[in-house]
Amino acid sequence: MTTASRRALLLALVALPAAARADAALEAAMREAVGPAEPEEGGMALRLPALAENGAQVPLTVTVDSPMTAEQHVVSIHLFATRNPTPGVASFHLSPALARAEVQTRIRLAEDQQVVALAVLSDGRVLRATAETRVAVGGCLG
Amino acid sequence: MSSGLAQPRIRIPRSARAGEAIEIRTLMEHPMESGIRGANHAAVPRNMLSRMVVRMNGETIFAADLRNGTAANPYHVFFVRLQRSAEFEFVWTDEAGRSVRATARVAVS
Repeated sequence: MTTASRRALLLALVALPAAARADAALEAAMREAVGPAEPEEGGMALRLPALAENGAQVPLTVTVDSPMTAEQHVVSIHLFATRNPTPGVASFHLSPALARAEVQTRIRLAEDQQVVALAVLSDGRVLRATAETRVAVGGCLG
Repeated sequence: MSSGLAQPRIRIPRSARAGEAIEIRTLMEHPMESGIRGANHAAVPRNMLSRMVVRMNGETIFAADLRNGTAANPYHVFFVRLQRSAEFEFVWTDEAGRSVRATARVAVS
């Protein structure tokens, strides 16, 4: 975590306890998925609708720029919802048998929020991509 | 395999050319009940699929760990490159350890 993001988290802890708890859960889930590596922006596209009519079924496509060879491929892709009751969405484990590093799925979103994708590459690098989605009707039955 | 789980629906071509990328679509009917209602995280009994594994000729080529944010009736699309004919096996497992399995064959010419 950078000094700036640590300071932001600290401020959030003072101002908004519930939001800070959610941020802490998100941070912990991301660390568990990808370890201590600092994610790099770029090299990956995360596509969601800008406005999801139904938060219970939101289509998502994640694509990583990768040749998917034995030497150079995507090992895993992890999806997180920043404002759901719990942050975990799914983790995908890929292999060089895949023609490309792309997965399409459908997720649930409780409210307007940012979705985060982290990809772990075979060389140990971690990529990060985000997408903002507005949700007309929340998908967590809350 | 008797499991009480639904039969998965899989769309996969029956044949392909060597080196061709094929699209595989899977849909598994399941409520993916997280138990969460608002702030109450145990409002109703939890009933979730936890994992999907795809094997090609016995080797795992794709797997998904499914968490609360995965929508009901988990749906996945991914792409596989085939060099020779292949037997695919798809297995979904729920958090109670029940599983359901499906197979498909793609002939490469």
